[in-house]
Amino acid sequence: MSVLGTKLRRDLWRIKGQVTTIALVLACGIMAMIMLRSTFRSLQGSRDAYYASYRFADVFARLERAPLEVAARLAEIPGVAVVSSRIVEEVMVPLPGEPDPIAGRIVSIPDRGAPPLNDLYLRAGRLPAEGADDEVVMLEQFASAQHLALGEGLPVVINGRLRELAIVGIALSPEYVLAMSGREMVADNRRFVVLWMPRAVVAAAYRMEGAFNDVALRLEPGASLPAVLEAVDAALARFGGRHAVPRAKQLSNYALTNELSVLRTLALVLPAMFLGVAAFLVNIVVSRLVFLERTQIAVLKALGFGDRRIGLHYLALVALIVGLASVLGIALGAWSARWMTDIYGAFYRFPTRAHALSPSLVVLTVGVGIAAAVAGALGAVRRIARMPPAEAMRPPAPLAYRRSLLERLGLGRLLGPSAMMVMREITRRPVRFLMSTLGIAMGIAIFIMGRFSLDSFDYLMTHVFPREHQEDMTVAFVRSQPAGVLSELEHVPGVQLAEAHRVVPVRLRMATRWRDTTITGLPEHPVLGHLLSGGRTPTAPPERGLLLTDKLAELLGVRVGDPIDVDILEGDWQTRSLPVAGLIDEAFGLQAYARADWLAATLHQERRVSVALLGIDVARIDEIRVALKAMPAVLGVTSTERVIRAYRAQTGGSMLVMTLILSLSAAAIAIGVVYNNARIALSMRSRDLASLRVLGFTRGEISSILLGELGAQVVLGIPLGFLIGTWIAGWFAASIDPEAYRFPLHIATSTYATTAVIALVSGLISALLVRRDLDHLDLVGVLKASE
Amino acid sequence: MAVVSVLSARALVKRYRMGDLEVVALRGVDLELFEGELIVLLGASGSGKSTLLNILGGLDVCTSGQVDYRGTELTGADEDELTQYRRRHVGFVFQFYNLLPSLTARENVALVTEIAEDPMDPAEALELVGLGERLDHFPSQLSGGEQQRVAVARAVAKRPDVLLCDEPTGALDFQTGVRVLSTIERINRELGTTTVIITHNAPIAAIANRVVTLADGQIVSAKVAEGRRTRPDELRW
Repeated sequence: MSVLGTKLRRDLWRIKGQVTTIALVLACGIMAMIMLRSTFRSLQGSRDAYYASYRFADVFARLERAPLEVAARLAEIPGVAVVSSRIVEEVMVPLPGEPDPIAGRIVSIPDRGAPPLNDLYLRAGRLPAEGADDEVVMLEQFASAQHLALGEGLPVVINGRLRELAIVGIALSPEYVLAMSGREMVADNRRFVVLWMPRAVVAAAYRMEGAFNDVALRLEPGASLPAVLEAVDAALARFGGRHAVPRAKQLSNYALTNELSVLRTLALVLPAMFLGVAAFLVNIVVSRLVFLERTQIAVLKALGFGDRRIGLHYLALVALIVGLASVLGIALGAWSARWMTDIYGAFYRFPTRAHALSPSLVVLTVGVGIAAAVAGALGAVRRIARMPPAEAMRPPAPLAYRRSLLERLGLGRLLGPSAMMVMREITRRPVRFLMSTLGIAMGIAIFIMGRFSLDSFDYLMTHVFPREHQEDMTVAFVRSQPAGVLSELEHVPGVQLAEAHRVVPVRLRMATRWRDTTITGLPEHPVLGHLLSGGRTPTAPPERGLLLTDKLAELLGVRVGDPIDVDILEGDWQTRSLPVAGLIDEAFGLQAYARADWLAATLHQERRVSVALLGIDVARIDEIRVALKAMPAVLGVTSTERVIRAYRAQTGGSMLVMTLILSLSAAAIAIGVVYNNARIALSMRSRDLASLRVLGFTRGEISSILLGELGAQVVLGIPLGFLIGTWIAGWFAASIDPEAYRFPLHIATSTYATTAVIALVSGLISALLVRRDLDHLDLVGVLKASE
Repeated sequence: MAVVSVLSARALVKRYRMGDLEVVALRGVDLELFEGELIVLLGASGSGKSTLLNILGGLDVCTSGQVDYRGTELTGADEDELTQYRRRHVGFVFQFYNLLPSLTARENVALVTEIAEDPMDPAEALELVGLGERLDHFPSQLSGGEQQRVAVARAVAKRPDVLLCDEPTGALDFQTGVRVLSTIERINRELGTTTVIITHNAPIAAIANRVVTLADGQIVSAKVAEGRRTRPDELRW
């Protein structure tokens, strides 16, 4: 090892605390980048490979019923490459051992061979044998959530008839990477099942021989999507076609795409915050080192070492920090990436998971880490080159202090001498003071940013959701039922109250803009189901006209009082012009509401029930469940309490780990900033402080001078961090597709409190570490040394 | 005495700013250094002697004038050329030793021998200054005189053509100062290294072949010593 190398090694050992704390912050950045980017790449890679090899369709369309010739006609539309017609029906699964009936969906597959589109990946077992009318392939998410295995029986109510089927295969489908039926806010793998059966069997059960009610299309490369959608709509209009949906709006893919975009944004913002703080820390520490060692640098120059050699010497120190941070960050990143992909893996299912930690990602991440650290050190290293050797041999001019602003305002007398010294120190280096405060604020902001989506969702689930849903149970029907079903339900022993919701699928149009959604018909004086605007204000549909989610109104460009074109996508398929009578601020989706009586009258329909809300005597819940399972019209039953419980089960573990990671990150930043600042302040002012001790100041008094500035940074950093964190969270919330979610940006008081405590405790720990050195200040030695 | 010129300075002027003040450190200095001679530069503090030494050693550049090293012009050389000049030909000894505190005596010398072309062994150089026993001590474990002798060893280990010493005894007591001067004088005598010693301490001039006195940035007198040089251990101040 060269002698300069020896110097480096010893220098590093001397400032090991600083090197370690900076390396920790940098490691957090590297960890965050590896974790988020590799999860992103893994999900994206798995998705792309899956979609390609299992022929995920480009266009999806629902219809009432059409003869198979229509499917052949769809294939003639220019741009359409493959047409896969199917029969898709909703079914109820009264699973033994599960108290409530479960909603299921049967999708037909060809009697022989693989489906031309949306092919199944068989995880276990086989496809149903030709001619077997009781064999079924089950979606893996449900099978694993309910611990169902091959060969087990499965009761299914198919078209009103209870049948006992056998599970012969467990499969994944690109259509159900995330298993969502479209009725729920959170995917609940225990409560929704997709079943695949041979077409002949499904057709016989639903009298759909020679017909289909669902179609998926694959386009030729370069085909015009809007043109195809329009042509499909035209071709299916006569057959009760709901509007065709492009892949981008397909439920599972839409959720996956949203998740990917969230990950990508996070993978950009979070590491940038960490790396920014790390660069700042490298900057102050290397600057200080270069300043302290300027006579040594001058000597090295006098001895004939060139600027480049000396510069590289200090950059080697930076390289070591990056090296340390990389090892730690990559290890932590790889571990947390696996943890994160596992969490995603429980809900987003792919046949194979793309390898997460690629060498190229590691190289990229370390490269970014080096860039951040070098950027931090560059200014200081440049100063080495600018330092004329002869000048550096002279003692530095005394530092220039000024009266602080408070003193100039005449408030100096209010401050004691210690506070005055603190104020003057801050005034002398306001930029460093601000940057340090900003650094601490960043740690707090990262914590808030990582927590806000959980907090917001938690707030919705525990505060808003129970207020909106005061029913004990929600009963969904396979098809909408006559109003009489309500009294039928009310006659079930234990049911105290049944309230009807009517859900009508519609396309809302305003000039050239449109959205597919539903109008929900609500009773005039709801007892169980309530609408809350902004999560707070009870809102009811007006006597006449529609109540729209405000985001929907904004997207369509309509205001209260405007008429809007409504295509009714069922029954007589008419188009009506209906007035917009009010707006409601909701967190999820785009909906329309109306009074049920007005809706029925407007549509010239009798009153029907799509969903029934029940208020029950909880003591008799088991009896009610048995009764509901026996009703053939029932598709599925969910309870408010179960939704909240499912949500808790889903998020509980990951929330804890996420909070832990965020807490450690915030602490790493706070300690990194406070500790390094304290060390530097100590090295810059040890002479002054020792002089004060000689003059008779106590240890406590000189500590308060040194640590006062750091305390001020922490105390100012906390509210600043709250502001920045809340602002970034708001910006981040706004970057999520507003058509899916509009987070109410609720940040829990406990989040603010936790992060403030983390910052304070970290500051305190750093202060104690430095205080030890302060207590052992060498009074005589410090005064004797030339620098 | 040899008459080969090693370094020559012509009409050196150096101005620099200190805050709002313009300071003229040198006002037209002419000086020639010859092979093997020991020169003492005398002058009060602020007389410009350190500035002159720094310019001769390639640590600083003059505002106007010309410096030649063995016929090669140094004025106008860029930073890289000056670095090479210092590395190959000049050894420095400073008032405050300026050892690297994190390196031992041997390592401080090795710092130079690593980048020099035909250096001594670090141990040999330290032997030369009488520190053969303290090779692995850190600067903080050495007395001021010992530290200064390490600095001398570091300066001579590369076998420089010119040894420039800026107040080498300035921070030392009399006894220690004499030992350091003896070391420098012996090196000048035994290795024939052209040596310049800056001091404000007039009695030291007695060990020189030539004494140049500066005041207010100008040379006010230059005396060639007659007869035998005084040995450092005969000095009294």
